[in-house]
Amino acid sequence: MSDPDFIDALRERYLALSPHMAECGMQVGALSADAAVLILPWREDWLGDSESGRINPGVITVLVDSAAGLAVLARVGQREPIATLDLRMDYLRPAFRGAAVHCRTSCFRLTQSIAFVRATVWQHDEGQPIASAQLVFMRSNAPRPGHGGAP
Amino acid sequence: MSGAWIEARRAARERGDYAPLVALIPYARFLGMRVETHEQRPRLRLPFRDSLVGNPRLPAWHGGVTAAFMENTALLHLLLQLDAERMPKSIDFAVDYLLSGRPEDLYADCEITRLGSRVAQTQIRCWQSDPARPIAIARAHFLLSTSE
Repeated sequence: MSDPDFIDALRERYLALSPHMAECGMQVGALSADAAVLILPWREDWLGDSESGRINPGVITVLVDSAAGLAVLARVGQREPIATLDLRMDYLRPAFRGAAVHCRTSCFRLTQSIAFVRATVWQHDEGQPIASAQLVFMRSNAPRPGHGGAP
Repeated sequence: MSGAWIEARRAARERGDYAPLVALIPYARFLGMRVETHEQRPRLRLPFRDSLVGNPRLPAWHGGVTAAFMENTALLHLLLQLDAERMPKSIDFAVDYLLSGRPEDLYADCEITRLGSRVAQTQIRCWQSDPARPIAIARAHFLLSTSE
């Protein structure tokens, strides 16, 4: 479940395997079977509105989806195909230009077929989150209905 | 809202020139979003490029990018349809993924399902070659700025 070699391999290869995560310059922070932190360094491209200096919500969603996938694989403990079924974002505070965006995710329930994930996003202070999110992933290698296993 | 916003909206509404509006949202420009007019309705398009791929094995669009495209579809739709004086603020966003995004262009449209004095509720659909087969559907609430 928490093979340290797999966690190390995930840390090294997760971002490089995905062209878009690599393009955004994301970095893996803390990583264990229990939680994953992904960091999005600041770039002017992330702005939603040059006048107000607010970060666009879309790039925060990209970070959250990326981080959640990492948390699921860390919890699963091996490479396997996963697909996001749904994602819900709550934008708690505005995010402003100039600072990296951090996302901590945790796969809090894993079944044979499904992974449930929570995420928190912040810039300067994890205690003052700019967004929270919930996601559900499907484990694509899971047994099909009729082959047993639940849910 | 500054003159640039008013001018961008005028260019979109009067000349069908949407580029100045997209350019005012740096992230939408980074993604490469375009607004097109299709059957008298605005339709958003995100041309495929390799750096937007999440999973190169399939290959498939990064699911977060599909969501980001849909959130910005709603934002651009609100900017076009309303006379908002500032950028609407995202309150929440929820997306259901129906199909994997193949390496082809994405399209999206938006419907304002409820417009109150402070909050707009929107529904967004995203598809690829067949509009009748959406690859994702989403809803989002936005706080509309009032002039102060």
